Amino acid sequence: MSTSTGGAIFKTALIALILTLLPLPAWLAILRPEFLVLTVLYWSIQAPFAGGIGLGWFSGLLLDAFQGPVLGEHALAVALVAYLGVHEHQRIRTKPLLQQSLMVFAVLVLYEFVLFAVDGWSGHPLTTPLRWVPTATGALLWPAVAALLSRSYRPRT
Amino acid sequence: MAFFGTRGSARNRGGAAGFRFFLYALVSIVLMVLDQRLDWLERIRYGLQAITYPVETALNSPVTAWRWIKSDFAARDALEAENQRLRTRVRDLEIRSLRLEAVEAENAALIGLKKALPPVAERWLPADIVNIQFGGLRQRILVDRGARNGVFRNQVVLDDYGVVGQTMHVGPWSAEVLLITDPDHDLPVQIERTGYRTIAVGTGDPQAIALPYLPANADIRVGDVLVTSGLGGVFPSGYPVARVTHVHPGAVQPLARVQAVPFAHLETDREVTLLWFRQSSPAAPLKENGGQLTSGVPAAQPLPAPKPSTPAPMCTPASGGPAPARPAAPAQLPGAHAAVKPKASSPPGGPRKP
Repeated sequence: MSTSTGGAIFKTALIALILTLLPLPAWLAILRPEFLVLTVLYWSIQAPFAGGIGLGWFSGLLLDAFQGPVLGEHALAVALVAYLGVHEHQRIRTKPLLQQSLMVFAVLVLYEFVLFAVDGWSGHPLTTPLRWVPTATGALLWPAVAALLSRSYRPRT
Repeated sequence: MAFFGTRGSARNRGGAAGFRFFLYALVSIVLMVLDQRLDWLERIRYGLQAITYPVETALNSPVTAWRWIKSDFAARDALEAENQRLRTRVRDLEIRSLRLEAVEAENAALIGLKKALPPVAERWLPADIVNIQFGGLRQRILVDRGARNGVFRNQVVLDDYGVVGQTMHVGPWSAEVLLITDPDHDLPVQIERTGYRTIAVGTGDPQAIALPYLPANADIRVGDVLVTSGLGGVFPSGYPVARVTHVHPGAVQPLARVQAVPFAHLETDREVTLLWFRQSSPAAPLKENGGQLTSGVPAAQPLPAPKPSTPAPMCTPASGGPAPARPAAPAQLPGAHAAVKPKASSPPGGPRKP
């Protein structure tokens, strides 16, 4: 199972990265949820020992390479998301989707706060309230993302 | 997931997860500090640009293809109209530049120079915008010219209408351009009408830059033109930046007091121009430490104090030169701009010429 899960993780993470980087009109780009973070969170909850924190860290490093003002910023934030997912996977997995969305919202807010803090600390402050929009859209889209991701590997197990 | 073991082992793994997170967080923080404080991660950045550039080009290819198809099927009429428009524009610019040469010569004569100065821009290179990064919040673009084309960090980027920004991370074939509207970007400007120098700060909105550091009684009106002041070491003086659109001296938010709309068509540009400057020209940007600014956004570096004697050399003869100039100062320096050059102000320059 672990190889097929690994393959599914790799494929879905790649698709999420593409969705994150796809050029979009400005207003849509502001609404765009952090697909890669949602994917990492999903796998941390569903298969906590397959990808885990390393997956989160490397995904974050990729985000840094493409869009981080400071190397290591997203790596830290996504690793935190993965850690929370792994640590709380039993608690989150058993909840209905609506409650899951609320928990995901909390995790995403924490993620965005880490970015916000590091941005400010490193001298690239971005204080507009618009930066918090993706946390809301991410939480709203969580049920859809979770459903899609669960299809990516269920049939093989 | 049932076979992941008993509760006990899961708890063990949970502890291991905490430890691993601690390690990863430590590595991230070390990375951030290195990236922030030291220069040698610039090599890694260079490599990363080489890796990310093809990916971003590929992701942007549908847009490029669409534009290509659209332009390929553009009607003959539209092309002819565009051709006509461009021809008119070229003629207009040519006529204006004829006058400009005359004015430059006149100006040079007035400020006591022996011959007309060479233009400050030495070389230019058009670059296509490959990708507009970071959606709407951070204002950065990726262009398809890099170190292989001679592009360097903190290079000036213009379009046909005004200042666009400056390069940040430069890869072998691509470079990231920080736009003047990015919240990180500080641009030393001058109000053209009054000559008052201040700093224009990006707002994150491609249609606005702000002047938060003006005193409440500053002489500024709607319609005033902002040009680069030549301070800060990146932009040479005199390039058009923006036109003032809002003046609200009582606004609570500093960024809302005075706002200006950039001349550059930041949202619709497909092509920008990279410039190389003649260092010997008096209008060239002022550099400290030989131009090697070590960290941060160079425009945000402390500016050298403006000389109180700036207007004085206007009437000094070319032979005398301004009083603070060192004997080592090149002969063509005396003149209105010469006093702004930091020849006398840079401490590291002192012991070099005993």
